[in-house]
Amino acid sequence: MLVYVIRRLGQAALVLAVMATLVFIAVYAVGDPVAILASPQADQQELEAITQRLGLDRPLYEQYGLFVWNALHGDLGRSFVYNEPALTLILNRLPATLELALTALVIAVFIGIPLGLYAGLKPQSLGGHSIMAGSILGFSLPNFWQGLMLVLLFSVMLGWFPAGGRGTTRELLGVPVSFLTLDGLSHLILPALNLALYKMALVIRLTRAGTREVMLQDYIRFARAKGLSQSRVIGVHVLKNILIPVVTVLGLELGSMIAFAVVTETVFAYPGIGKLLIDSIGRLDRPVIVAYLMLTVVMFVIINLIVDLIYAAIDPRVRLEEAKA
Amino acid sequence: MSEQAATPAPAAAARPTDKGESLLLRHVAAFFESPLAVIGLAGLVVLVILALAASFIAPQNPYDLAQLDIMDGTLPPGSESLAGYTYWLGTDEQGRDLLSAILYGLRISLGVGAISVVIACAVGASVGVIAAYAGGRIDNFVMRVVDLQLSFPAILVALVLLAVFGRGVDKVIIALVIVQWAYYARTVRGSALVERRRDYIEAARCLALPKNRIVFRHLLPNCLPPLIVVATVQVAHAIALESTLSFLGVGVPVTEPSLGMLIAKGYDYLLSGKYWISTFPGIALVAAIVAINLVGDRLRDVLNPRLSR
Amino acid sequence: MKKLKPAAYALLPLAVAMAQPAAAQDTKELKVGVASEATSIDPHFHNVGQNNALRRHIFESLIATDANQKLLPALAESWKAVDDTTWEIKLRPDVKFSNGEAFTARDYVYTMCRVPLVENSPSSFTVFTRGIESIETPDPLTIRVKTATPQPLFPNNMTTLGILSAAVFGAGDVKYGKDGCENMGTPPKSSDFNDPAKAVGTGPFKLKEYTRGTHIILEANEGYWGEKPVWQRVVMRPITSAGPRVAALLAGDVDMIENPPIQDFDKIKGAGFTLVEGLSNRIIYIHLDQFEDKTPGVKGTDKNPFKDVRVREALSKAINREAIVERIMGGVAQAAGELLPYPLFGTTKDAKPVAYDPEASKKLLAEAGYPNGFELTIGTPNDRYINDEKVAQAVAQMFTRVGIKTNIDAMTASTFFSRRNKHEFSAYLAGWGADSGEMSNSLNALVVTPNKDTGGGHTNRGRYSNAEVDALVMEAQRTIDDAKREELLQKASKIAMDDYALLPLHFEVTPWAFKKTLSYTPRVDQYTLVTEVKPAQ
Repeated sequence: MLVYVIRRLGQAALVLAVMATLVFIAVYAVGDPVAILASPQADQQELEAITQRLGLDRPLYEQYGLFVWNALHGDLGRSFVYNEPALTLILNRLPATLELALTALVIAVFIGIPLGLYAGLKPQSLGGHSIMAGSILGFSLPNFWQGLMLVLLFSVMLGWFPAGGRGTTRELLGVPVSFLTLDGLSHLILPALNLALYKMALVIRLTRAGTREVMLQDYIRFARAKGLSQSRVIGVHVLKNILIPVVTVLGLELGSMIAFAVVTETVFAYPGIGKLLIDSIGRLDRPVIVAYLMLTVVMFVIINLIVDLIYAAIDPRVRLEEAKA
Repeated sequence: MSEQAATPAPAAAARPTDKGESLLLRHVAAFFESPLAVIGLAGLVVLVILALAASFIAPQNPYDLAQLDIMDGTLPPGSESLAGYTYWLGTDEQGRDLLSAILYGLRISLGVGAISVVIACAVGASVGVIAAYAGGRIDNFVMRVVDLQLSFPAILVALVLLAVFGRGVDKVIIALVIVQWAYYARTVRGSALVERRRDYIEAARCLALPKNRIVFRHLLPNCLPPLIVVATVQVAHAIALESTLSFLGVGVPVTEPSLGMLIAKGYDYLLSGKYWISTFPGIALVAAIVAINLVGDRLRDVLNPRLSR
Repeated sequence: MKKLKPAAYALLPLAVAMAQPAAAQDTKELKVGVASEATSIDPHFHNVGQNNALRRHIFESLIATDANQKLLPALAESWKAVDDTTWEIKLRPDVKFSNGEAFTARDYVYTMCRVPLVENSPSSFTVFTRGIESIETPDPLTIRVKTATPQPLFPNNMTTLGILSAAVFGAGDVKYGKDGCENMGTPPKSSDFNDPAKAVGTGPFKLKEYTRGTHIILEANEGYWGEKPVWQRVVMRPITSAGPRVAALLAGDVDMIENPPIQDFDKIKGAGFTLVEGLSNRIIYIHLDQFEDKTPGVKGTDKNPFKDVRVREALSKAINREAIVERIMGGVAQAAGELLPYPLFGTTKDAKPVAYDPEASKKLLAEAGYPNGFELTIGTPNDRYINDEKVAQAVAQMFTRVGIKTNIDAMTASTFFSRRNKHEFSAYLAGWGADSGEMSNSLNALVVTPNKDTGGGHTNRGRYSNAEVDALVMEAQRTIDDAKREELLQKASKIAMDDYALLPLHFEVTPWAFKKTLSYTPRVDQYTLVTEVKPAQ
């Protein structure tokens, strides 16, 4: 087991190194930051001075070397635009995105599971069919268009919720959160719903499939035969057994949700890390783009690592296969 | 499926390919059992025909700037043009007839989706089946790359790629191929690993058939069913992804708008009540994706033996 | 002071006056939704509009500008050119920084010394300090600046530099040196200014709080030497997307917003808010490659057609500027016939936009040897100027109608500027805001032959070249006398326009929207200055 863990850690490190190189080279190939950062009034002399100040006049390998050296010391570079460490900028924005993703997750679970349960218990009913058709719609709606329609309906036509931005925040354990204020909450609902719909469709399908399977199991029949009420059978026995796969999948999906927040944050002008990424791409703020992508890589590598380790722990065959290879 | 039946596999006696014809029929029959899937298929056929015939049925060529007149800009649905005909779905700010733009946009969206999936499928399937057949180091290496690729959200990878490449239909297709091939590689490898151990491959090996013949004529065709399912669903994904990228401003060029681009342009006018610019293209886009997903959903049920009860 | 013709600046805003009796406005707090966030509080970090606008609230400069970019005395009471290369400035007595220290010539010298020391500046202010040879301070309220060459725009340059307090950063008796100053103490880093205790200026407001991405809070400076600020407290919230910005105004989250999008004007007015619009100093134009013999974006001919003045004239006549203003800009723009709107310095009253005449255009093309036109691709940004990509598409439509089959290559500003600077476009749409508000700036940037040593023609990416224009502009840049200078510039401008050096489209108009209880005078420089926001009469 220990050998396996070390092997996987080594692989994770390799992945990080490869991605760092790819990301750096890719971002380097995009445009000339000086052209957008400099005042339009700047002449050639000034443009050259800026290039030099930002270290962009050095050859690629030198810039890369410097980047790697600094990255190993925990410094992912300074933002060209803000002259602050890129990591600080991202970490300042992270709570907003995490709050959005977690809220979306909560919505997906608390609406998705009851609907999925219903569809699983009464698969042939009209409700069951409608829920499944709805879930296909949930899978199909392009996230950005769905966001636009939410804005059109709830902000423009009905005027119930603001069209975008993040509302008033309040500190919770030193982190600014918006769900504690009424204003913040009203700003949070639409984007969170937008982010949640796709996952909700996923939860509905998982729950429905799980429910149908569990309902056929012997212990459910025994529970019924014992005379337990329907609500108890479902509430305790069915729910307990379908929750495990649902929770596992959602845990895995949290990462992709944070990435997909890019679209939602753009539509709703929500000041999270996704919006920061899009803005930084627009301004060619290379250090911030690289730092964002590196953080994402680290996040996904860690998630994958944990999943693999858990699998390895519970499934001896995985270790066997690895050992052979 | 038809390829599978048509493959003259001398050593394939152990596989029920001789029953291929009836198997196909059974699958088709099973597919048509679901009314939703039939609706999806019918819708898809209609949309494809509309897209293919766009240049014949559209009242205007929305890509020909000489036919546009900005004096006709942002007219609501049903308005009459300066030239005297009716804009049934209104116009965008350039005076582009939205009905025509949607038909042409549909062609780009479906085209980009289908082409990228075909290329990605070819690349991915080849890589997957070779990896499965070769095994060992090659397999290990390929699968590491696939895992790496799949562990990143497609949207982020495509966004960065297109930021590097710039705009263009061809560039969008390349980016979509790059983010998609790994799905096929993994799918094909999975089924190829199972097929590899079957007797007919052993038999083919015993006959000393050339390696590439075994891989591409015997192994690959038998891995097709799951591939078809993945490919169908991926077409929908590709279309959605293309429209999202265009919305974020890194997709197709503005003078040849896809549905996503039309929606993005309408975004500016949403608050001011000019709803038609982004709503109608959106409905067309959703219709296409839903239709494909309905078909894909049913195909999955039909082609997946584990689910057939 | 007198230097610029005041009468010439009666540039009236195209005001959309909404005469409504105002309810009493509470002057405690003003909340403004700004379109772009200042990237730093440091007044010398980044030479970009939003930073410069914010800077004016906290760090005053020697000379200020009014809504029409006319120079106004601020920390300087008066200034004059003693000879061609010497400027003498008299400072205002009894001015105090917000920390109570007195403002003297030492602070000016300190500021001039600090500007080149800013680290990692993405766009530095050194362009305004570069030509200074020496600074003398005969007494604490007098400054004599010697420049290497005659600098008629020296007073304009002084409007861009916010004055720091030397004492806050521990400077001694600062001595200016062209290659480095003495007794500078520890010059501040840009991030030091995030701390309100360090962000000390003489301005009408003090920094209270700066939370990036959320808000900047300013507080009235009670000891301000001039007219006391109306607002006790000002909150500036960056809301970069137009839709949400409008929504924030409509919902009452903010009292005022910058740059509401044209398509939302009706909605804003309908909801009972006031909209004002003012002409800006930014022109939108199309530049044509007039350098290469074979230009990359033109197909269907082996020549570069834009070297022929008849083709340029034909293109200019093919453009229906009024239609663009009307349909694409929603009437919120003004068709342009010159690089700056009349009556800014150096403009001519009868410089009318080129009239739309497709027939003449076709004839000119035929004369020039292109009876069947050719193919052209226009490069344009899609997120930089108001409706930029839409304007480019409209122009493409109009070119196509006279036989030049035109495509649009639209891209995000960062890519656009990189590619433009590498001369990848045969024709491109861009905008130019003349920060100094006078013609030498525009001509020098867009029309003068590119020359790395003089810095001339730095944004002339079509590489138009005309020796006559070059000579006139260069002479103007050396001429201290205003009347003479203006005449030279008018002449240069006329020659360039008659030669179709580039194709002017329109001047952008900057809109603001706010509650009915407020008033604001639109500014040519597009800045939102809280000091000018007043309760409505």
